[in-house]
Amino acid sequence: MSKLRLATLWLDGCSGCHMSLLDTDERLLELAAQMDIVYSPLVDTKQFPERVDVVCIEGAVSTEEDEARLRLVRQRSGLLIAMGDCAVTGNVPAMRNPLGAEAMLRAVYRESPVLAPQIPIEDLPRLHGHALPLHRFVPVDLFIPGCPPAADTLFAALAALIAGTADGLRLDTRFGA
Amino acid sequence: MSAPILTLTIDGRQVSGLASETVLQVAKENGIAIPTLCFLEGLSATGACRLCMVEIEGSPRLHPACVTPIQEGMTVTTDSKRLFGYRRAIVQLLFSERNHVCAVCVANGHCELQELARAFGIDHIAFPCRHPALEVDASHSRFVLDHNRCVLCTRCVRVCGEIEGAHTWDVKNRGIRIQIVADLDTPWGAAATCTGCGKCVHVCPTGALAEKGKSMAEMRQKRPFLPYLVANRAEERK
Repeated sequence: MSKLRLATLWLDGCSGCHMSLLDTDERLLELAAQMDIVYSPLVDTKQFPERVDVVCIEGAVSTEEDEARLRLVRQRSGLLIAMGDCAVTGNVPAMRNPLGAEAMLRAVYRESPVLAPQIPIEDLPRLHGHALPLHRFVPVDLFIPGCPPAADTLFAALAALIAGTADGLRLDTRFGA
Repeated sequence: MSAPILTLTIDGRQVSGLASETVLQVAKENGIAIPTLCFLEGLSATGACRLCMVEIEGSPRLHPACVTPIQEGMTVTTDSKRLFGYRRAIVQLLFSERNHVCAVCVANGHCELQELARAFGIDHIAFPCRHPALEVDASHSRFVLDHNRCVLCTRCVRVCGEIEGAHTWDVKNRGIRIQIVADLDTPWGAAATCTGCGKCVHVCPTGALAEKGKSMAEMRQKRPFLPYLVANRAEERK
């Protein structure tokens, strides 16, 4: 049997969900025996592969670039997992939403006491007005709330996917867990 | 003179209760759990959150169990696919209405809204969130009111009026614009009627009311004080 092809994507999040994935510790070896991580901030691949079986996405969609990457990844992935509260609800990145992107940038880069107040724009993707969860843009197959979801929760989800028992999977987690 | 005893059917079980009791009370006495949010033992019931809605045979609409008196021979269903769907929708709408960020909330892990979502298996909010710009009133010396986390259950309004007798809290506006206000919409710290007793803080189901200085997940509400105070009141009135 060929190994499951797993990708992970990091959008507007703190990387805590990826850290939680690493926190599965020695169980990573169990996972590695049954899946190949073909694209991730944790590996060196630069381009998202043409086809993956499962993608775990951390972070909210906050920029045009985030949205474009999400749409591409959705096309190329079998199963899409919203990993953690930012991907599921917007969470902390969405705390700027009541203010709007422009006002938030002004408050952080111009109105606070800094040496040369300027809003950074060069080589940076433009912010969307709102930071939003993945399912506002593309269909999501599995939601894993938690900030971050516990290593046990992520392992349970991936193990269920490998075993083919992910349908109707009820994970022991919650918003803010 | 005590109220007459009535018999009724809840979830297929024959039960009985006093005519003065509600469907919620009789269900609870018989070990039948109906989800609630605005209801709190010891305070008057208002039927604000609609989570305790039940089906009553012969009625096309749903009825809030916390304010529906029992009737002889009534047949009540407290759980069905339809009710579960509505309850899930209500909890998701509460999340979508204001800015609930569990991960950084003072009540994380001690929040009734968060717990309802977990209990109902709500793993995302199907509705678009409104992200309203709401204020945090930190003008009081010991407490904070964060409108972002408020679910408008009015427990604070009721405990302040009914138990403390101060009636500092009330509600302004209608519909989506509703907000909790102190006195005649003054900053909490300037509210002349507030005794600073903190009862409102401890009945709040979410992190909307909290003690100052509490950080993420540190606000633990002490709810069991309420039946004790209510019992004492009853003694005094005798």
